[in-house]
This record gives sequence, structure tokens and C-alpha cells, in this order.
Amino acid sequence: MSLSQATVEKIQDYARRYPSAQSAILPALWAVQHEVGYVTSDGMREVAQHLGLPASLVEATSSFYSMYLTRPEGRHDAVMCVNVACALRGAEELFAYCEQRLGIRDGQTTSDGAITLRSTIECLGACGGAPMMQIDHRFEEDLTPERVNAIFERLRTEPAPSPEPPRPAAVPPTPTPAAKAAPKRPAGGSRPREKKADT
Amino acid sequence: MAEKKILTKDFGAPGLAHLAGYEQTGGYQAYQKALKELQPDALVEMVKKSGLRGRGGAGFGTGQKWSFLPKGVYPRYLVINADESEPGCFKDRYLLEASPHQVVEGLLIAAFAIGCNLAFIYIRGEYLPQHEALEWALAEARQAGYIGKNVLGSGFDVDVILHRGAGAYICGEETALLTSLEGYRGEPRLKPPFPAIKGLYGKPTVVNNVETVATLPHIVSNGPDWFATIGTETGKGTRLWCMSGHVNRPGNYEMEMGAPIRELIYDLGGGVWKNRKLKAFQPGGASMMVLLPQHLDVGLDFDAIQKAGSLAGAGAMVVMDETTCMVDMCRRYVEFFHHESCGKCTPCREGTFWMTNVLTRIEEGEGKAGDADLLLEMGNNIDGRSFCPLGDASTWFPRSCIKYFRDEFEQHVTEHACPFRKERVMVA
Ligand SMILES: Cc1cc2nc3c(=O)[nH]c(=O)nc-3n(C[C@H](O)[C@H](O)[C@H](O)COP(=O)(O)O)c2cc1C
Ligand code: SF4
Ligand code: FES
Repeated sequence: MSLSQATVEKIQDYARRYPSAQSAILPALWAVQHEVGYVTSDGMREVAQHLGLPASLVEATSSFYSMYLTRPEGRHDAVMCVNVACALRGAEELFAYCEQRLGIRDGQTTSDGAITLRSTIECLGACGGAPMMQIDHRFEEDLTPERVNAIFERLRTEPAPSPEPPRPAAVPPTPTPAAKAAPKRPAGGSRPREKKADT
Repeated sequence: MAEKKILTKDFGAPGLAHLAGYEQTGGYQAYQKALKELQPDALVEMVKKSGLRGRGGAGFGTGQKWSFLPKGVYPRYLVINADESEPGCFKDRYLLEASPHQVVEGLLIAAFAIGCNLAFIYIRGEYLPQHEALEWALAEARQAGYIGKNVLGSGFDVDVILHRGAGAYICGEETALLTSLEGYRGEPRLKPPFPAIKGLYGKPTVVNNVETVATLPHIVSNGPDWFATIGTETGKGTRLWCMSGHVNRPGNYEMEMGAPIRELIYDLGGGVWKNRKLKAFQPGGASMMVLLPQHLDVGLDFDAIQKAGSLAGAGAMVVMDETTCMVDMCRRYVEFFHHESCGKCTPCREGTFWMTNVLTRIEEGEGKAGDADLLLEMGNNIDGRSFCPLGDASTWFPRSCIKYFRDEFEQHVTEHACPFRKERVMVA
């Protein structure tokens, strides 16, 4: 596999922007994930090559962070927080409902490839709107079974989010609320971190 | 009593998330005043005099932190901590979403004050809409000439890099954040040396929270004396409290330091939901000790909350009603800390694992007599022996729960079941 010219240029640009090329590892891995959908060892090797770093270093860094996916996922990512503040407002019960509704368990993808469902105890910063989910990293708060149904219904047919968040042009257009209201949707996922091997 | 709005006073103004809207509310006036009328040293003095304390958790004096930078050593870096991931906290998200320029203006004032020409914002990977809001705001500020070379003819050069994290709570701890920003695994570093002496790339560095810098434009505009009149003797200004859990109106509320907890939960939050009784609440976020209804008149301020036996931390308020199982809450929190432990040191890595095991067995009705004491003992072996505050803090909530709710732990053991399950199922 090899990365597109656009992604390579982006990675080289990151390397120039930071005082140290190593700081560009995280943004470079994001760029890989945006293009490929997940981060493979090939992708990491290419990042290492473009940043002039040993591949082992890029791999060591990458494996620490839970949001870099290591395998292909559904078109959409649905993550529900079940930490304390959310649990107090019924997140766990609603998550069980989601599993039942989609006919899959935590971490699985629906058979049509539309939705990967996960619960996490990583607080997603929407405790005041619990129970909540992030759908492709967009907040959906104050959820009810009815709202969940509507969201899943929509995701069944909706295409995968565009891999890139909108980047303001060097000279941004006169911003209007409308321009901001229709952001493109990025790919990615907030999967619960894997348990450390030694525990 | 109502909220006291300083940071959030213009929230809701049209187009506030964009430059034109923000400038209409007086935005960037403070930055211009700082550049034209004040010298960096005077700014540091001003912030010291205001009494502003950091809003990221530890509550350290902001001006004091800045003045630890060694004289004459450059480059210096400023890093804004937007990694907000403490369970219960969602205030930085609100500030970034509603008024990203206020954060950018505060960042620029802080950069000028400390003589920094390259600043960073480290934002957690999950905050994508907030990332976009900041990206726009930075582009607009750059276009308006607030970021760049020789800003507004002042001779001050500044650039800002927005850096996206990728899912790791520990990267909110300032030394782990710097390690992560350098492209390593986000493991904490030994202090001292403190970041002010040896921080990012080994250079003097200031790490400040989003809310801390968002306060700066108001201090510069209205003066440190004005700021110092708000709040208590040792806690100045206002704070955003993120309220969640069993309360009628959860959300962010900006309140004067020292306002009683009762006002937050009852007047602003509308009290406990479903006409139930208040059982306990937890200020500060996942790490902090639980408090009881008897503490409702404690003031929302660093020192008062500490005196009551908890910590104000990052300004969360998690409300729990009478149907809450404290064992279950402990289990979830400790599981969270185990999940987020970076694995560098044994007391935290192993200790949180074993505590999770014991809490799970109690919750599932398989606890043994003496398990509560076992937990306390484990806590003692983690707290004070961990490499960074994450390990220490993982023990505070469960230990405070055993202090106040020991009978609940014992009831789980003697009844071989969770006495709250029934009610919890009814809630669903
Ligand atoms: C485990 C851990 C997580 C933390 N997370 C955050 C965070 O998400 N945001 C933050 O501003 N400070 C966080 N802190 C506190 C920072 O280490 C640091 O004190 C703070 O960013 C300094 O900013 P301030 O002086 O403006 O408060 C955390 C600390 C610890 C120990
Ligand atoms: S206390 Fe926990 S998070 Fe902190 S260094 Fe040790 S293992 Fe890592
Ligand atoms: S605890 Fe669930 S979003 Fe914060």
C-alpha cells in the first residue's frame, strides 16, 4: 500500500510546521486514518519514512492512543459513554437497547456494514446531556429509545462521513452561521482502549 | 442567587463563534490594550495581582506560574490544555464551542505576557466539532493580523499550532501532555524539573487550562482590582461548574467563587430529579471525594471544598440521588482509572486492577467480609506511591465512599447482592 500524494504532502507539511518532526507523528497518523480508514503497519512505516524516524518509534507511539483504528470498521461509528455521570441517567440500559436494536454486541459492526457500536468508560464530555453518543464524533445528547431509532435509521442509508474536517481556507470566507452549520463529517473512532497486556 | 457571568456573559450573541460577532462584543480589545499599553512584565504582575488560579485542576496561581520561567531563556512555549477528559467535566468544550475566539484571545495575551512566539493548543481527539471551531477561529485571527509577524505593529511575533490528541485521559496531566506533544507515548515525566524550567523540547514552558486563559481578556479589560473583588479571599472570580447526574437541569453554570453548593444544585439545577432525595454529590470530577447533603452550604471555592474533605478539581458536580449504589459508582470510576492508567508504574497499574476486581465482586454479591478494609489497604498502597496524580486520585472516591457508606459495602456482602439492583432495574 502506499499513501496518496496529498496525504504525503500533508505529512511533510506537518513535519515542517513543528519544531521537531517527531511531534508530527500524531497528526500524520490522523492523516493516514483519514485516507485509509485505519492505521496499518504499512501506514506507520510510511509515516516513519516521511518523518525520517524509525518505524518502531511510530508504532510505539501509535499503540498508546485508543483512537487509531487497527482494522476496518463500519461506515459509521456510534459510541456511548457509560461512565458514572451517564450511568446515573440510564446509559447502560440504553446501550443494551442499542445492542438489541442493531442485533450486535459491544464492539461489533452491523451485517450491512453501516454501524459499529461501542460503549466506553472514557467520558466524552457530554455528561450534562446524558445519555449521549458520539456519532462519527458528533454529539447526540439527551437520547431516548425513539431518538436512537431515528439516528440508526438515518445511518443505515447515509454515506460514510467525508474523511476530512472542513479546513478554513488561508483566507476564510466571510463566515456565516449557515457555512458553519453544515460541516463535513470526519472518519475515525473512539474505541475503548485495549487493556494492557500485562494485566 | 443567579449565575454570575463573566466568561459566558455574551454567550448567545449572534455569530459569537466568528470574528465579527466576537469583535462586536468587545473582543480582541484586551489583546490590543495588552500589546499597546502594557509590557509583558506588567501583564504578569497584573495577573498575579488579580489572584487568578488555574482552572485545570490544581488551582495554582496563574501569574505565579508564569513568573517561574527563568529569565532570559528562549524560546519559551505556551501550551493550552484542551484535553478535558475528567469524567464529569464538559466546561472547556462549552467555552470552545460557544466562544472559541475568547480562548484564542486569552492564549495570545498569555503568549505576549510570557514572551512566547510559538504556542500550542492540545485538544482531545474526541472533540472534533470544537477542533473545527478553533481551526476557524485561528484562521480568522490570522487573517485579521492578530496572529503572525509583528502583530499590529507591536513587534510581537506569534504563531499557534492546534494539535489533536488521539484518546488518552492521561495526556491531560501536564507532563504527559508535553511528552505526547513531542510525539511519544503519553507517559508522565518526573517533576521537578517543572515544565516552567524544562518543558516542551526541554525549553521553559507554561501549561494553562482553556478556562484559565479565557478569563485573561476580562482581567486585562477591567483590571486586576475589579477581578479581585469577585469571589472569596483565596478564590477570585467565577468558575464554570459542569453539573450532571440526578439533577433536573444539568449543564454548565458560571458562578462566583464561594457561592454555596446548594444554590448550584437547587436554584440553578432545579434540585434532585423525580422528587427523590439527595444522597451524595461529588465536586471536582471522577477523582474527587464524595460529599453529603450536610455539605450543601459549603462554598464553591478551592479552599472551602478542601476543608469539607473534597477538592474542587476541574469544576464538575455529579449529583446522586437515593437510588444510587455507591459500590457501583466506585467500581465504574476505578475501572476508568485502570483503563486510563498509562502503565508506567506498578502501584497504579496493578493497584487499580485489583481494586476493580474487589469492587466488582462486592457489587456482584460475591464480596467477602473485610473487603471494605481490603480496599482501604489497597488505597493506602497506591496513594502516595504512584508516579503521577492519576494513581493517587484513583483511590480518593472509593475511600471517601467507604468512610461515609461503609454499611452499604457490608450490606452487599451479607446479602450476597446489590441492594440497589431492584430500583435500578425499575429506572430502566
Ligand atoms: C490525570 C490528570 C488529568 C488532567 N487533565 C487535565 C485536563 O484535561 N485539562 C486541564 O486543563 N488540566 C488537566 N490536568 C491538570 C494539568 O496537569 C495542569 O495542572 C493544568 O493544565 C494547568 O493549567 P492551569 O494552571 O491553568 O490550571 C490533569 C491532571 C492530571 C493529574
Ligand atoms: S500513576 Fe498511573 S498514570 Fe501515572 S505514571 Fe503511574 S501508571 Fe502512569
Ligand atoms: S460521564 Fe459520560 S459523557 Fe461524561
